Amino acid sequence: MQSNSILTLQNLSKTYTSGSSELTVLKDVTLTIHEGETCAVVGPSGSGKTTLLGLCAGLDRPSEGGVQLCGVDLNGLSEDETASLRNQHVGFVFQSFQLIPTLTAIENIMVPAELRGERGVASRARSLLEAVGLLDRATHYPSQLSGGEQQRVGIARAFINKPRILFADEPTGNLDAETGETIESLLFELNQKEGTTLVLVTHDLELAQKTSRIIQLKAGKVVSDDISSRFAIPDPGVQVSR
Amino acid sequence: MSNLLWILKMAVRDSRGSRGKLLLFVSSMVLGVAALVAISSFGENLKRAVDDEALTLLGADLSIENGDPFPERVDVLIDSIGGEQSYRVSFASMVFFPSNGGTRLSTVRALEGNYPYYGAVETMPPEAAGTYQQSGGALIETSLLKQFDLSVGDSVKVGVVTYRIDGEIVKTPRETSAMGMLSPRVFIPYEGLDTQLLSRGSRARYEMFFKFEEGRDVDALVEDIEPVLRAEKVGFDTISERQEDWNEGLTNLYRFLNMVGFIALLLGGVGIASAVHVYIKQRIETVAILRCLGARSGPTFGVYLTQASVMGLIAALVGSGLGIGIQFLIPQLLADFLPVRVDIEIMWMPVLAGLSTGLGVSLLFALLPLLAVKNTSPLLTLRKSVDTTTVVPSRWRYVIYVVLVAAVFGFAILQAPVWWLGLAYGGAIFIVFGLLALVAKGITVFSRTFFPSSWPYPWRQGFSNLYRPNNQTVILMLSLGLGTFLIVTMFLVQQILLKQIEIAGGEGRPNLVFFDIQPGQLDDLSTSVSDQGLPLLEKVPLIAMRITKVNGRTLEEIRQDSTRDEYTWAHGREYQSTYRGELTDSETLVAGEFVGYYESGSSLVPVSIEEDVADELGVGVGDSLEWNVQGLPVSTLITSIRKVDWQRVQTNFFFVFPEGVLEQAPQFFVLLTRAEDEDQSARMQSSVVSRFPNISAIDLSLVLNVFDAIYSRISFVLRFMALFSIITGVIVLISAVSVSRYQRVGESVLLKTLGASRQQIIKIQFVEYLFLGLLAALTGVLLSVICAWLMALFVFESPFYLSGITLLIAVLAVSALTIAVGMFNSRGIYNRPTLEVLRAA
Repeated sequence: MQSNSILTLQNLSKTYTSGSSELTVLKDVTLTIHEGETCAVVGPSGSGKTTLLGLCAGLDRPSEGGVQLCGVDLNGLSEDETASLRNQHVGFVFQSFQLIPTLTAIENIMVPAELRGERGVASRARSLLEAVGLLDRATHYPSQLSGGEQQRVGIARAFINKPRILFADEPTGNLDAETGETIESLLFELNQKEGTTLVLVTHDLELAQKTSRIIQLKAGKVVSDDISSRFAIPDPGVQVSR
Repeated sequence: MSNLLWILKMAVRDSRGSRGKLLLFVSSMVLGVAALVAISSFGENLKRAVDDEALTLLGADLSIENGDPFPERVDVLIDSIGGEQSYRVSFASMVFFPSNGGTRLSTVRALEGNYPYYGAVETMPPEAAGTYQQSGGALIETSLLKQFDLSVGDSVKVGVVTYRIDGEIVKTPRETSAMGMLSPRVFIPYEGLDTQLLSRGSRARYEMFFKFEEGRDVDALVEDIEPVLRAEKVGFDTISERQEDWNEGLTNLYRFLNMVGFIALLLGGVGIASAVHVYIKQRIETVAILRCLGARSGPTFGVYLTQASVMGLIAALVGSGLGIGIQFLIPQLLADFLPVRVDIEIMWMPVLAGLSTGLGVSLLFALLPLLAVKNTSPLLTLRKSVDTTTVVPSRWRYVIYVVLVAAVFGFAILQAPVWWLGLAYGGAIFIVFGLLALVAKGITVFSRTFFPSSWPYPWRQGFSNLYRPNNQTVILMLSLGLGTFLIVTMFLVQQILLKQIEIAGGEGRPNLVFFDIQPGQLDDLSTSVSDQGLPLLEKVPLIAMRITKVNGRTLEEIRQDSTRDEYTWAHGREYQSTYRGELTDSETLVAGEFVGYYESGSSLVPVSIEEDVADELGVGVGDSLEWNVQGLPVSTLITSIRKVDWQRVQTNFFFVFPEGVLEQAPQFFVLLTRAEDEDQSARMQSSVVSRFPNISAIDLSLVLNVFDAIYSRISFVLRFMALFSIITGVIVLISAVSVSRYQRVGESVLLKTLGASRQQIIKIQFVEYLFLGLLAALTGVLLSVICAWLMALFVFESPFYLSGITLLIAVLAVSALTIAVGMFNSRGIYNRPTLEVLRAA
């Protein structure tokens, strides 16, 4: 099992200092996520979900402990090296979509691939747009798209680099129930198709139930780590196609 | 390579929808670049014109000149030099216009020969320049014609000789028209000149001009004749020396203008820094997304640096184009101060220099706010509360500060005639910018601390905008405050100087001076003055003399002593000294004892010296000076040092001799009186000039008029240059208002949603711009008052005078301008649909 872990957290803590007072948001979190696993991080507001996600993806530095992402110890990397690692292996879906307002839908999708210096990525971006049902909106700007459409573009962007791991922060949090459901389906469908590891932060238990593992946080601590039966954990021996 | 491509692609994509805004940001650079390009190009053109017209700067191949008729040795030398020669005598004299009785102190130039040999005296009618010598007529300055309502054909009397005015002088080689403002010129033929006007002791300049056959080596000739001229203290001038002098003077002039223009560039830079700061704040989410998606900080920074560079380049290009256009105006602007006609051609080197300076300054000022991009955390995509933009890596920040300071000082030092002046100028720029920024900071702290809680809501809301996040207090304080400061300082200095002259001639003080009075004329003149009911306030003898030895060492020995470098202007000049028995009320004894009477037979003659000249000569009480008093040696001992108040309209002297020594020396007198009005003064002058043609008069109103005319021309040039800063300030103001518009739209819509009326929202904006304009104007005015006060105290050493009206007008005008620009740019904010704005937020 150890050899297939894609994300390992070792005694992870995060403390914020404000003046003379300190606030510990995460306390001594240790866990491992394996390649191909779908995992939901749940917990009430302020429990440290988003902080955990930021640390896992190398967006922030832990106060104590370490993070191994795709076999690389993030503590030993500079900001730019962490960014390169993200570009190579990580996809993101955000609650507030985080599309670049000055780029069209297709240009937003192409950004991660273009950052790698890849050429001719437009056709792949178009396939992804087609996969999320927005081919006819390729040249639209985010402000010309509805929330659901923006999130679909966000999902397409997340998969352009065929990431090994996908982090999703409340992906349906800003959407109505119906649109949310469509997005959920799309996310899981693409995830399954690409064989990507999925780490999902949500307070929506229904959404969490759709993953194979639910990690529950409370006051910065992991209070439960439950492998559900809804989705089977893929055979570690099976190599995800890339 | 792939990085570069991505940077360029992203820079273009990211600029969509903001290109207009970006252009507005950098537009504040346009006028600064335009000023630099215009002035530098003009400078190059001027240099070319001086080189091209070098011959006309002197009008001859060689000139020899002296304050007295040439000594015999020099006369012999002149005869031996050969070539074509012209003789000219110039002197100050009253001229009289019989047609209306008008009189005016003028510079009379009596010429014999065909000078100028290069260039021509331009007259109206044109042929007058070539005929007045033969016809025995006169050419006079246009200003004289206008002042006395004369026309060609009328008469002018110089001394006892009356001349027909053959033409008016339009332009003469070698002289600028500003010279004519000081003392209008009258050209007459030397033949027939009333030589009584040139009696011993009067102030005249004798010149001999030479034109040589082609191929004659003037430098070699000068080398040959120089020892004799030097020994006889006779001056000379060649084309190359004249060219060098003008080049140096004019280079200093355009460098000075360049420094004034540089302020506009710096102000534009501050505008860019402020605008880019706001722009990057708006872009920070995009930066965070890019970082999150794996963009490294370098390329991300590169995207925005590219945008800033392109916009800086566009601004520099537009500024250069504008500068090329503006340079055509400058010859007209400086026409009074130029010795040559400057034809403008486009000079590419200054344009390139302006382009690169503009681009460099744009980038330098944009870099500080751009550093926020390097430091933006990708975590911002998850949490909006993460504020990473304020934590800029200190290393880079300091590097930019150092480069910025070095660039400002470097530019100032390069432009200044001496390094320390550049250093002082650079320092002054930082002090003014620093003070304005400090006051702005103080205002934000003060307005927060002493918030007027009892004011009505719109006033409170508008007032609080002075210190709220994203406030515009500092940037507006800099742009408007600096503009106000520059303009008001110029007005205040002008008023201080004018007031100084007015005070000098205040109640009971002399305001009319007669000079060049021969001893035999003194009693008659005194009677004439008294008869007209004017008081005789002072009658002072003047004796011309030169120093020959200081403490036993000859001037030549002092000049050649390179180890001590003591020789100054005070050693070689001619002194007009007087003798009297006591100190006057404008003198204070600072050392020694004033001796008022000399007992003949005692050893050295005791003299009193003015303190500044004592410093220049390096002498004190107990030191000896030997004089040449018009051929006679006089040995003196310094027995006292005086401090002299030079501001008074009265005779003041560097050296005062005791009674009993100089009474028999050739001398002339000065008589001071007071006329109660201009008519009385004109009547008195007219009567004196008709009776005593050699006596000249000058009255205070003339001094005031001359000063006013000259200062107005100078201040017009300075105001023109300051205009670049003022307009830049307005552009920065427009830019600052525009960039904050997005924030204001959000606020206004929220207020509207909560029930605010259109009137309330407009009132809030009005109050904010009222305070910003008012405070910026007050700060600028305050700084200008301090600056003018310091200048009055240390530079002009005159009483400080403040015109409340000037200050009030400045404050009202700047406040009104701020409100107008602010309200104009905020128009339509209330009309934005609520939902559209709320959704966008």
